[in-house]
Order: sequence, then structure tokens, then C-alpha cells
Amino acid sequence: MNVKFINPFLEATIDVLKTMAFVEPTPGKPYLKKDNIAKGDISAIIGLTGAARGSLALTFSESSIVKIVSNMLGEEIKEINGDIKDAVGEITNMVSGAARKKLEAEGFIIAAAIPTVVTGKGHSIVHVMGGPSIIIPFTTDHGTFVVDVCLTEGS
Amino acid sequence: MDKNIKILVVDDFGTMRKVIKNILKQVQYENIVEAEDGVVALKILKSQKIDFVISDWNMPNMTGYDLLKAVRADPEIGKTPFLMVTAESLQENVVAAVKAGVSNYIVKPFTAETLNEKITKIMEKEAK
Repeated sequence: MNVKFINPFLEATIDVLKTMAFVEPTPGKPYLKKDNIAKGDISAIIGLTGAARGSLALTFSESSIVKIVSNMLGEEIKEINGDIKDAVGEITNMVSGAARKKLEAEGFIIAAAIPTVVTGKGHSIVHVMGGPSIIIPFTTDHGTFVVDVCLTEGS
Repeated sequence: MDKNIKILVVDDFGTMRKVIKNILKQVQYENIVEAEDGVVALKILKSQKIDFVISDWNMPNMTGYDLLKAVRADPEIGKTPFLMVTAESLQENVVAAVKAGVSNYIVKPFTAETLNEKITKIMEKEAK
């Protein structure tokens, strides 16, 4: 995967969480992920097509997503529920939209499908392209989450 | 700016309706009704006085774009201010919405201040 695809997703993730949930995540060093095991308790995955093809997944630890969604809704949530599942899909949708806008400025016009949400410890993330993906780890004051991108240039 | 205006929030995700309501409350808009798609929104618009519509673009049954066209085609509710919300700013969608008479457009993610600014500008324009 081309490294130029990393920054748009990293920046979009920070922007979405700062704007919608008042949470400022700190990115760690990106690394290559070779298995399908998710690095958290709940994920949303979204297919991408066009000038680059693949998929984007966001995987959150329960503690991080409970705080993020509580802030978004203005009400305290204690555990993963229907609101959190919806919100993880919506956050992923927004990150995808914001990142694709940045990629469009660099000449890559990419369309996105509707996100699918998966929950449970040790659940799988299967990227449509099947290859290794890049993990961008993030930490927040309330736990960790990762952005998992698998994108190949060319349609 | 009148903060008592009745705002209809249209989004198929209940969670996103809650998020928008939370944002509206941060800027003192409390008079809010909700609809889960364009069909329900149109029924509400025809049965009660709505001062402002905030609608998602992508929805099942009737999209925000189709709702906008239906509102503008109805002489009784045709002038209702209409703010479209979307996760992406595709140029063709913006052009289509403008042609269909959208009052303004907001791309997610957005802050309470940005939403407030859009509502204020639209309402001020309507008042002229």
C-alpha cells in the first residue's frame, strides 16, 4: 500500500473525533498488520472503490468508544449498545468522507460503500483486497483505537 | 435570532439524530422534532408548522434530495428553509441540491458554531 494514503486517514480521524466528540487522539507509529484479528471490541468496515480500491476499518476499545459516543450524544453511556454501534458506523463514514476529500485534492477520486459494524472480543476484519493492511494506532485519555487501511492504487 | 424556531431533524440513524439534537442544544435550539426518513418528514411538514429542516442526504425510502424536491414542489411548505447534511462534498451532489433549491449545505464533521452560523445566515436571508 502506498504510504501517501496514510496521512489523509490519520488527519481525517483526528478531525472527526475533535469536532464531533471533543476527543483529541494521539497517533502512534503506523505498522503493517498481517492477520485478520481486530485490535479492539467494536469495528466498522467500509469498502472503497475508484482510483484506489480496498477498505477502511476503525476498531475501538470499549473504554475509548464509550467516552467518544457519550460526548457525541451529550449523555453518559456505560457499555457497548445500539447507539454505539450506529455511532461507530457514522464515525467511520465521516472519516472515510473527510479522507476521500483530501485524496480527491491529490487526484484520487474514490467512492465509498455503506459501513458494516462488527462487535466482540477478537472479532475478524477481512479487507476486500485480502492483502496486509496498515494500522494507525491512536491513544486517547480513555483508551485506544486503531485505523486499519488496506488500499491499492488503480481501478 | 429566534431560538424558539421549530427544527425538523431528518436522519435514518437515530444516533445521528441524537448527535444533531445535542449540537443544536449546545447553541440553544430546543424546539426539535425528528423523522427517520423523507416520507415521515414530509408527513410532519404537512401536519405541523416547521420553521427549518436539517436533513441527511443518504436515507432509505426517500433521500434528503428527494425530500428537498418534494418540499419545494409543494406550495404550502415550499419556502421552508432546508439545510442538507452529508458525509461528503461531492461536487455533483452540491450542484444538484443547489438546483433543487437547497438553502445551504453542511459537510460532516461540523461544530456547533458552524451549524449555528449556517442556521442564522439562512434565517436572516429568509427574513429579508
